[in-house]
Amino acid sequence: MITFLSHVIKGVNLGSVYAVIALGYTMVYGVAKMLNFAHGDVIMVGAYVAFCIMYYLGINPVIGILGAVIACTILGMLIERLAYKPLRQATSLAVLITAIGMSYFLQNMAQLIWSSNPKSFPSILSDSPIVLYEKGAQQLTMTPINILTIISCIVIMIALTLFINKTKIGKAMRCVSEDKGAAELMGINVNLTISITFAIGSALAAIAGVLLCSSGYANLSPTTGSMPGIKAFTAAVFGGIGSIPGAMLGGILLGLIEILGKAYVSNELADAFVFAVLIVVLLVKPTGLLGKKVHEKV
Amino acid sequence: MKRKYKLFIGNLITYLIVIAAFVVCQSMIENGEMSRSMRGQMVPICCYVVMAISLNLTVGISGELSLGHAGFMSIGAFTGITGSAWLLARFNIDDKIIRLLLSLVVGGAFAGFAGFLIGIPVLRLRGDYLAIVTLAFGEIIRNILNCLYVSLDGPSLNIAFNSADIPGKMLIKGPTGATGNPKLATFAVGFGLVLFTLFVVLNLKNSRAGRAIMAGRDNRIAAESMGINVTKYKMIAFVTSAVLAGMAGALYGANFSSFAASKFKFDTSILILVFVVLGGIGSIRGSVIAAIVLTLLPELLREFDDYRMLVYAVVLIVMMLLTNSPFVKMIAQRITGVFKKTEKEDGANA
Repeated sequence: MITFLSHVIKGVNLGSVYAVIALGYTMVYGVAKMLNFAHGDVIMVGAYVAFCIMYYLGINPVIGILGAVIACTILGMLIERLAYKPLRQATSLAVLITAIGMSYFLQNMAQLIWSSNPKSFPSILSDSPIVLYEKGAQQLTMTPINILTIISCIVIMIALTLFINKTKIGKAMRCVSEDKGAAELMGINVNLTISITFAIGSALAAIAGVLLCSSGYANLSPTTGSMPGIKAFTAAVFGGIGSIPGAMLGGILLGLIEILGKAYVSNELADAFVFAVLIVVLLVKPTGLLGKKVHEKV
Repeated sequence: MKRKYKLFIGNLITYLIVIAAFVVCQSMIENGEMSRSMRGQMVPICCYVVMAISLNLTVGISGELSLGHAGFMSIGAFTGITGSAWLLARFNIDDKIIRLLLSLVVGGAFAGFAGFLIGIPVLRLRGDYLAIVTLAFGEIIRNILNCLYVSLDGPSLNIAFNSADIPGKMLIKGPTGATGNPKLATFAVGFGLVLFTLFVVLNLKNSRAGRAIMAGRDNRIAAESMGINVTKYKMIAFVTSAVLAGMAGALYGANFSSFAASKFKFDTSILILVFVVLGGIGSIRGSVIAAIVLTLLPELLREFDDYRMLVYAVVLIVMMLLTNSPFVKMIAQRITGVFKKTEKEDGANA
């Protein structure tokens, strides 16, 4: 039972990271209607920036995370402005390929700057585990970074929901995601709204990058972001792409399935297991767990 | 009549481009004008051309974004290798070309079967959901092949999952992949496969079935109300595409003495999608050209050394931006407009 619970804690931790990444995917998809494949690499850049500030400059992790958030926000807006904005009227596949090109670009840029050797990320909190429950020799523990990850995930989720529902910019985002043309007619600055969405998504990616690497799920290398990126994208679709609670639910479920699959099914087949569950869910509910069904009109 | 004629000319140009490219490369090889690394690229280029054409069948003609095309390629590669080794042991078929051709058939058949199985659930979905499920299947195939162990014990095959504990000579060793394969592939067979793929896809595209597939792409509801079984035709396209990808995979496998499942990951699927999109979605000729140019590009950029993948990425982005920019489009229209005008005048005179 205790081993199971410790797997659950690990799963929720990994799932929270996925959820934060998936939020970025889902928001961008909702507003700009594009799959931003470079999102995974923004995570990597965020982690590298935080790593440099903490390791080379030896500054406090809080500053490191802040620096990563600022760097990624600027990077996200820059990517949007340079690569995606000229393609607003192009087919979605053209945008997809540009996003892939961007992803290659960021990976290779990172390789040139930081070399391809994996770096071990310094822990941002103390590693001493907190004992939650004790029974004989078995202990149910949580590390401070577990707690930080899960809490920050919940905080981000609440803040984002409030932002989308209560603020004026959030309202504009919802309008743009529903109908770009109509939103423009209502006097909403569509370009600005999309830009802000990218900024928020990329800021979240920076946080996710730091959390991912400091939880010890991945060493830091130029390709760190790609697999979590794909999985988070899967999580976003799993929960219903475009829906914020869906991304959260999908992310956490995906993390849980992955860790439990690794522990109880097979270590090698854990990824296959994750994707198999996704396929089953999509077959039963083709728009994801919390996705809205859009009726086709002739 | 005129439409048919145009179609014929268009297809002819495509075939001629491929044949001309083959003749040029072959003569360069024979005259020793081609560097070693370039020679090594010839068969992979054929594989990528076939992959690009077959993916274009799914993405361009059938209109379904597939992100797991490399999965079919890996199935073809692994079953092809196993098939050719087994054929040698069982029937003593020694001739290299026949073994290679049979392994292409085996690879194509297995990939086609996998395509059929995957197509049943996948084609029920639409748009981005379909894309993510094909991505998921590609990853599942890679994961399963990563755990697969196959050995050849005399004329019988032993297959084990997640354990290397089987008798005989190992053919596929889980994450290490297939090692010690005979190098059967030749450039000529690769060229033959490209021609075969072109023949299949161009004929399918211009047949009754092809028109039904495209009708389903353009407007599913309208096509269905005309009595077209859209799912059936989409399935035909999907399975054909998988068979061709499997054959390309088998050829690819026969070209390298060792390869692993990690060679056919998500990045490879994306690479092929890049060929299709840059070449022009739905344009077979475009796919061929894009596949050749983009496979050679990193090779040609070797002098940039560390920067070559960076340059590749920049070229990719810039090309996408240029082909979609209104300014370039306007100029292109002016140029083609000049041609169109003369054509019309010709028509009026005739």
